[in-house]
Amino acid sequence: MADKNSYQNVMARKNEIMKSAVGIDYEEFESGSIAFDYERMMKEAAYSLDEIVKIQREYSVGNTPIIELKNLTKAARKLAPAGKGARIFLKDEATNPSGSFKARRACVSVYHAKKLGYKGVIAATSGNYGAAVASQAAMHNLKCIIVQECYDSRQKGQPEIIEKARKCEAYGAEVIQLTVGPELFYEFLKLLETTGYFNASLYTPFGIAGVETLGYEIAQQFRGLIGRDPDAVVCTNAGGGNLTGTARGLIKAGAVGTQIVGASVNLKGLHMASDTQFNRKSFTTGHTGFGIPFSTFPDRSDVPRSAGRPLRYMDRYVTVNQGEVFYITEALAQIEGMERGPAGNTSLAAAFSIAQEMDEDQVIIAQETEYTGAGKHLQPQLSFAKENGVELLIGDPKDEVCGQNIILPKTPDLIKAVDLDMDSLRASYIRNAVSKADSISDSDIKFLAEDTKTTEAFVKDIIEKIGGTHQ
Amino acid sequence: MKAKKGDWVRIYNVVLKPEERAESLPEDTKKVPLEMWDKGFLMDEYAALGDIVEVETIIGRKISGKLLEIAPNFDINFGTGVTETMYIGRQLKELIGE
Repeated sequence: MADKNSYQNVMARKNEIMKSAVGIDYEEFESGSIAFDYERMMKEAAYSLDEIVKIQREYSVGNTPIIELKNLTKAARKLAPAGKGARIFLKDEATNPSGSFKARRACVSVYHAKKLGYKGVIAATSGNYGAAVASQAAMHNLKCIIVQECYDSRQKGQPEIIEKARKCEAYGAEVIQLTVGPELFYEFLKLLETTGYFNASLYTPFGIAGVETLGYEIAQQFRGLIGRDPDAVVCTNAGGGNLTGTARGLIKAGAVGTQIVGASVNLKGLHMASDTQFNRKSFTTGHTGFGIPFSTFPDRSDVPRSAGRPLRYMDRYVTVNQGEVFYITEALAQIEGMERGPAGNTSLAAAFSIAQEMDEDQVIIAQETEYTGAGKHLQPQLSFAKENGVELLIGDPKDEVCGQNIILPKTPDLIKAVDLDMDSLRASYIRNAVSKADSISDSDIKFLAEDTKTTEAFVKDIIEKIGGTHQ
Repeated sequence: MKAKKGDWVRIYNVVLKPEERAESLPEDTKKVPLEMWDKGFLMDEYAALGDIVEVETIIGRKISGKLLEIAPNFDINFGTGVTETMYIGRQLKELIGE
């Protein structure tokens, strides 16, 4: 008889392990086909915005300042055509207890785990979310395990990830570090099963609802600051939760005219599960390696239905190159006096470029920052890139070849956010969804239109092109 | 180097051998094992590096693995003097003027 804990056997128990580890019966919201009742899942499985505000206040999460970046705006206006150059603002999420907006997500998940009587929480993450869960678990007196993908087979680890391991341990969490590979999920399932802890997944309704306060605060704060809503909000996009939660919060505040822009670091050509390519990138999150697959197939996460559904809310999706984000990180320190972590500045690099397309009387906000420190800083990250054979050059960042070089813009006018084709992303999402379904009903068409922010005609057109059967 | 009971140590395990790994992996990843590291207080009376030991992790789980490091450090710093970024501040200050 095969070992109960073999890879195949554990993966076969995935659904039952997950059901007891998140306390949600996703079946309740399913239609049996492509469609599911997203809004009802968000309403019934999570908390109301008022409840979340109360929970977050109790655990010192959120209510972060918005800062106007006057010098960066001045620089953008020097580069923009006459009359162009929107005012650039920044939501300083680094001031959350664990140093990033992820505290918002963790806060609600960990609160919920405590309420349901779980003894501990587990999260699979190499990012700021681990520190956020560990910090909230410490506040709630729950045990915490964080599982990280950290090293390549030479046991070389990204300094940014090692710093996050240190931070998790600082908050009293146990940190399990693994080499590269999607079987991290296998180790994660075994841990959930043996400990009986709560899966503080990034993608549950609690996690995403926790980010709604971010969007809500942006609307409220801008109404106080300038008397109206911002024209554009730029969200760094990886798994989709940051953008989804922020957009939902803005909508709940009535800021329906604000453009929602996703921004990811361009890591084109690098395979996320490749042992030899793992350390040839300088960003471990906020990049296209997560951003594009999670946008076009959100239900690839560790729960049956992801509450993070970026295409449902996104108006525009841009990429910026690694060298551009490092430049902006240095700019933020040098002319704004704010030292923050590089990955969190992805949206700021995009905002700096997009502001130059906008009118002077408009406003744009990059909606997050993250903490910085040894390992998680442009100096060690660039130093690590060089040690791993990546060339550091100064030139035009559009020539950057991921994994081979990082190109710092020679001059700031070379920082250019590059648009991804929204309709092709939406079509790709529809193709992915349809390929997994036996047949497509009217309610599936309606769902796909909502989930891609398009029309039923658009969805039908794509399905027709791929020869799908609509019943 | 010897570790004694109660010492804070780092242990190592192979989770999956190359032949046990998932099907759809890139070729380079398929060739290597899935490895893991964890930390805890040594439960054995004495142990040498390389011994298979039992530890109690910070949250109280008891697990075993190969003893790798005693008093492990994080080995992170601010890198080795990257100077390529030095132009950025001066360039921007010149651009925005007084």
